[in-house]
This record gives sequence, C-alpha cells and structure tokens, in this order.
Amino acid sequence: MATAAVSPAYAHTEESGKSGIWSWLTTVDHKRIGALYLYTALAWFAVGGLEALIMRIQLQGPNGHVVSAQRFNELFTMHGTTMIFLVIMPLSAAFFNFLVPLQIGARDVAFPRLNAFSYWVYLFGSLFMNSSWIFGMAPNGGWFGYAPLTTMPYSPGLNIDFWMLGLQILGVSSLAAAFNFITTIINMRAPGMNLMRMPIFTWMAFIVQFLLVLAFPVITIALVFLQFDRFFGTNFYTMTQGADPLLWQHLFWIFGHPEVYILILPAFGLVSEVLPTFSRKPLFGYPVMVYSGMLIAFLGFGVWAHHMFAVGMGPIADSVFSVTTMLIAIPTGVKIFNWIFTMWGGNLRFTVAMKFAITLVALFTIGGISGVMHASPPADLQQTDTYFIVAHFHYVLVAGSLMGLWAGIYYYFPKITGRMLSESLGNWHFWLAFIGINLTFMPMHWSGLYGMPRRIYTYDAGQGWDSYNLASSIGAYIQAVAWFLGFWNIWRSRRKGAIAGPNPWGAPSLEWSIPSPPPEYNFAAIPTVTSRYPLWELGSHGVPGGAVISDEDALKPNPTHIPTADELGIPIPYSTIKPLFVALFMTLMFGSLLLIHEDKLHLAVALVISFAFLMTLSLYAWLTSPLEPAHH
Amino acid sequence: MATAAVTHGHPPTTTGLDHRKVAIWAFIGSECMLFASLISTYLIYKGRSVVGPFPHEACNPPLCATPLHAILNIPVTSISTFVLLMSSLTMVLALAAVENKGKPGYGGLFGSSRLWLMATAILGTTFLGFQAYEFTSFVNEGLTIRTNLFGSSFFTLTGFHGAHVTAGVLWLLTLFSIDMKRGLGPKDALLVDISALYWHFVDVVWVAIFTLVYLIH
Repeated sequence: MATAAVSPAYAHTEESGKSGIWSWLTTVDHKRIGALYLYTALAWFAVGGLEALIMRIQLQGPNGHVVSAQRFNELFTMHGTTMIFLVIMPLSAAFFNFLVPLQIGARDVAFPRLNAFSYWVYLFGSLFMNSSWIFGMAPNGGWFGYAPLTTMPYSPGLNIDFWMLGLQILGVSSLAAAFNFITTIINMRAPGMNLMRMPIFTWMAFIVQFLLVLAFPVITIALVFLQFDRFFGTNFYTMTQGADPLLWQHLFWIFGHPEVYILILPAFGLVSEVLPTFSRKPLFGYPVMVYSGMLIAFLGFGVWAHHMFAVGMGPIADSVFSVTTMLIAIPTGVKIFNWIFTMWGGNLRFTVAMKFAITLVALFTIGGISGVMHASPPADLQQTDTYFIVAHFHYVLVAGSLMGLWAGIYYYFPKITGRMLSESLGNWHFWLAFIGINLTFMPMHWSGLYGMPRRIYTYDAGQGWDSYNLASSIGAYIQAVAWFLGFWNIWRSRRKGAIAGPNPWGAPSLEWSIPSPPPEYNFAAIPTVTSRYPLWELGSHGVPGGAVISDEDALKPNPTHIPTADELGIPIPYSTIKPLFVALFMTLMFGSLLLIHEDKLHLAVALVISFAFLMTLSLYAWLTSPLEPAHH
Repeated sequence: MATAAVTHGHPPTTTGLDHRKVAIWAFIGSECMLFASLISTYLIYKGRSVVGPFPHEACNPPLCATPLHAILNIPVTSISTFVLLMSSLTMVLALAAVENKGKPGYGGLFGSSRLWLMATAILGTTFLGFQAYEFTSFVNEGLTIRTNLFGSSFFTLTGFHGAHVTAGVLWLLTLFSIDMKRGLGPKDALLVDISALYWHFVDVVWVAIFTLVYLIH
C-alpha cells in the first residue's frame, strides 16, 4: 500500500498551517469538534470506569471497607452522572458532529460557531462538576438527585450544588447542539437527499435532537426550583409548606425517560450503519426502522411514571404507565428483528465493528426483556431499588449503548483519523469486554432478586449474595483490562495504524465517497443523491437487492492530490476563540453561585454580574464578527 | 451518484428557509416545554399554600399576620397585559417597515422601522415597569418568594417570563442601534423576523399566564 502519496491524519490541515493547540481551541470545523467530543468523552469514560471499579472492589466480598459510606455515595452518584452526561451523550455527540454533515452531503453544520460553543460548554461543565472531588465535596445524592433529599436540610454542603449547577451548564450544551443539528438536517441536505434517503444514523440523530429539545427544558426547570430552594429559600420541595414530595420525581422522569432514548437511539443508528455494510445487504425494512425510531421517541414521553411505581400513585396511574411501557417494547422489538433480517442471508464479515454491533443486538435484548419485566407494577415493587434494576440498565446502557458506540468507533475511526484500528488488538478488546460485561452484570439479576439493595456501601456475609458479588467484581476487573485495550488501540493506531482509503469497508453512504480523513470542506462538489445507498448503486453488480464491492474498490487509496479550499474557491469559516470565551464566562457565572453557601452573598452577586457582563460582551463580539470570508 | 456543479459558495438550503429561521422555531418549541413546566408547577401548587397571602382569597389571622385582601390586582395587570399585546402590533409594523423599505407608498410613519422598533422596546419596558411595581407591592404586603408555595411558584413563573421580556427588549434595542447606524432594509428582514417570532412567542406565553394565573380562580 502506498504511504508517501497518501495523506496521513490531518496532513491537509498541517499543510495549511492549522495545527497546534491554538487551532484546536479556535476550531469551528465539525470534524475536529467531533474528534474533541470523542477524546474528551473517552477521558471521562476512564474516570467513570475507575469510580465503578472502586465500588466493585468494595463490594467484592462482605464487609468491605475500602471507602467510607459517604465516599461510596459520591462514587455511585458521580459514576452514574459521568457515564450518562459526560460519556454516552458526548460520545453520541461526537458522531452527530462528525457524521451528520458528511452523511447528508454538507460542508459543515448550520451554525459552526454555536457547535464549538456546545463543545466548550460540555468541557467546562464537566470539569466544573468534577472539580468537586478536589474540594472533597463530590455530589452524593444519586444521579437522579431526588428532592427533598437534595434540599438544604438533608444535604447541606456544596456536594449537591456542584451537581445541580453542573447539570444546568451541561444542559445548555445539549440544547445548543440540538438546535444546530435540527437545522442542519432539515436545511442542509444535498440535492436528492430526501428524508427517506437519509442514512439511518442521521435519522436517529434527528429524532434524538427532538427528544433533547423537548426533554431538557423540563429538568432545567426542576433544577431551577432546586437552586432557588437551596440558594434563596423558596418552598418548591419543602414538605412543611405543603409541597408535593413527588414534584421532583415527576419533572425529573419526564426528562429522565426520554433521556434513556437519547442514550440508546444514536447507538441504534450506528449499528444500523455497521450491520448492512458487513452483511453486504441493505438495511431490512428501512422505513419501518425510521418509523419505529419515531414511535419509540413519541411513546418515550408517556412512560415516565414507571420509574415511580413504588411511590403509590394508585391503580389507575400504575395501569396506564404499565401499558404504555409494554407498548414501547413493540417498536424496539421491531428494530431487533429488522437487524436480524438484515444479517439473514447476507455475506457476513466478522470485523471487530461487526462483533460489537451484533453484541448490541443480542445483549440489548436481554436488557429490554428485563425492562418489560418491571413494566408490571407488582413485579416492579419486588425489583425496585435492588440490583436487578442495576443489572437491567447496565445491560441496556453498557451492553447496548456502549457496545453500539464502540462499534461506531471501530467502524468510523478510519474516516476520522485516516488510519485503521488494529483488528487483532480489537478482537482482544471485544472478547474481554463481552465476557467482562456479562460476568459483571448477569449475576446482578440474581443478587437483586435475592434482595440486595442498590446503593448500599457494604453488606454482611451469609445473605446469599457473596458469590454473585464476587463474580460481578471479577467481571469488572476483566472489563477494566478490556477497556484499557480499547484505549490502547486508539492511542497506538492514531500514529501506527494502517492507512485507510476513502472506503475501507466497502460501505454505501456518502461519507465513504471522500478521502479519509475528509478535507476541510468535506465535498469538493456537493453530490446529487439518487438512492438510499449512493455508493452501492443497487443491483448493478447483478445481486438482486444487494451489492458487491470488490476488494479493489475497498482498498482504493486516497487521491494523491487533495485540493485546498482556496484552490476550489470554497469559503471556510474563520477560526475563532469567541465561543470558548462565552462558554468559559457562562461556566464561571454559574460556578460563582457556589459562594452563596460560603456566606459570601455579596461577592457571589458581584461575580455573577461581572461574568454575565463578560459573557454578553463576548457574545456580542461573536455575533458581530463575520462567519467566513465574503462570497466571490 | 452524480455530482452537481455546485462548487462555489454555499448551496441553497433544502427548505429555502434561512438556517436561523428554522433554528428559532426549534428554540421556541423548547421554550414551550420550559414554560409548560413552570405553569404546571404553579397550577399543581395552587391552593396548597399553608399560609397566606393567597392569590384570589382574602387572608385572615392566623394564616396572615394582618387581614389581607386577595393579592392579585387584576385591573392593573389587565393594563400591563394590554400594553404587551400592543407591543406585538408595533412589532408587526416594525417588520413590515423593514421588509418594505424603499417601496413606493410605504414611507412616512408606517415606513419608519426605527419608530416601531423603539415603540416595541418601550412597550416591553413599560410591561416590565408594571411587573416591578407588582412585585414591589406584593413584597410590601408580605408576599415574598419565600413566604409560601404561591409566592415561590408565582414569582418564579412570572420572573422567568419577565426575564424573557428583558432579553427581548435588549434584542430590540440592538436592532434599533443597528438601524440607527446603517439602516435596516429588506436584506435584513430576517434579523427582524426572528426577533419578532421570539417577541410574539413571549407575548403568547403571557396570554396563557394571565388567563391561568390571574383570571381563573
């Protein structure tokens, strides 16, 4: 394979003098922002995994005392919060950023600078929330932060303040990104790319943005109430003033259940890209996959109270939410069957990406089935707050979302960096992860059904849980090795991986028609799309309803000369530091509120006003400067 | 797969609409959920306060330190509601003035975008003045954001709305200053159009708040 002639990772940007830290701080290129999301989320994945590992060491045997009860509370709170808001959502965002414009044939997102802003808010928000560890005051109220437990009388100290302010900051990032991607997908599709020709990942991304737009404001308000209660002494969660003890739970889960689909649908989308490519068959039942995605999202807003069966809402509410929850299993089941039919009779290639994708199909089903089990209130009353629930949601989030996202990483790494991930290292990574995940989470079904409660920091011997816990801990250690190998693979392959051509997998969608990594402007000429699988031109190889890409096509190297944007006369947005400053001042503005609880009200007010002023100033500077050079 | 001849500049948008117009609608959808959460909480907590003052009922000792009439002043708020509704009218006139600038027969009073932008900002500020007066008089009568559930949910809901009006006024003043500096014409209609969508949305939210909080007992 040619090496000198083929451009290595980011060579084109280095050539045009755009490298180094400053270029990353000021970038507005959706591909680089996607890479920033990817690497930042992986760093937090290591942190969140470490938190889980410490808990598993503690629970390995009875009466473990590696950490105190207080520290344990902080660990499970931050493990959950980190994995949901700082790992899975941003990993999905990494793919939204990198893929959506490429898949619809666009040169960037609709608002490149807003996109940079979203990333910086995510980075600063995540650093802010985790800075609580330095002060020894990490959040300790669970990832769901139930009020009134999290109000001042029951949770004094800055722990909850870090949590609620951090989530508020992260919410801004998600919302800004959602407006951006909705606009991008509605408005920037290449000619001929009608909605029903969009790649399925872009479809799932599109649906998820609507979930974000509609679900996040609800938790924003729930958090505002909590902030006002804690900072200003309002009564939203004060029971002695007549407040409703379920208000927080309702608001939180109206957000929290759609959030579950925010976490899983992007992974579903990635798997729906991987399976057809490595089966060399179009996705089975494409329209049904789209509609079932929409139906999942729609029904997802009507099932929130199944998280609350144990609070005693009465038979009518219980029945309604039980039925809607069972209903949502239908479109999800449809997806599972469609993936199986996609593979059925296909020319299967078991790459690492394919293995991760098939694992999602198999193991998510286990999590889905245990999910339908607690759709039944009597069963749920038995299972709620036990390790059975922990087993359930780790099967959907780790064996589901994360497996799908890693399938995406193995599949798209060549497009992102221009180099292949090692398949042999990847196989070690995959098999150890597969064994580790099942060994960790499968026994939790039993420890849960035998009555082990969630969130306990230690337990006595002789309750029938010992061997299950030991198995779970051994599984966690295996996972630690597995994920380390995954990281090692990425680290090593960034420099040493085999050079990837434009389409190393023989895949069908637009992103594979351009060099790897793509040039700054993505498409030298905007393509016109005439089918759902533009690179497969179905049937042209004599395979009815299918396609064959020869290995020659697949190994075709990148073109030897990739013209620059200047040569092509394509306007490229200016790099700018302003979105970073707006994000920084916004984070500092929220962070200053912490001083209220240090009895420095005046200082807090002064700082909030100063940072709000600086933020507005940076925002005006951003909005009044041009995005890109004037058109010719 | 074929490639079109679009290489220079940007291809036209899929819908023909400007990106900002699509984005503002997504934003407004999100805002609907924000206010829905606030209004629902207010309604859920209606009648649950254990001490006064109350919105629609008189309050006597021991629930209130001194006997107190119903605290919501509907006549005064009706005036401020009218003011805000009129600001939507001036906003429409401002947009029309910008869109039609330079067209024959569209001069004079109706053609002055500066006049109508400033009028909208002034009406919005007047509404905020009414709100400041209302908040102050409530505090004087013993209702703060800490007093009871009504106080917490009322001040938070109407305060959030007031903050949105304030942001809108700043937006309008920004447009006004651009208009003073270089003049807004049909090319800039979109800038005014999206601010108008926001402004009308904030106005419509107030119609819901006025009905649900003030008028319905």
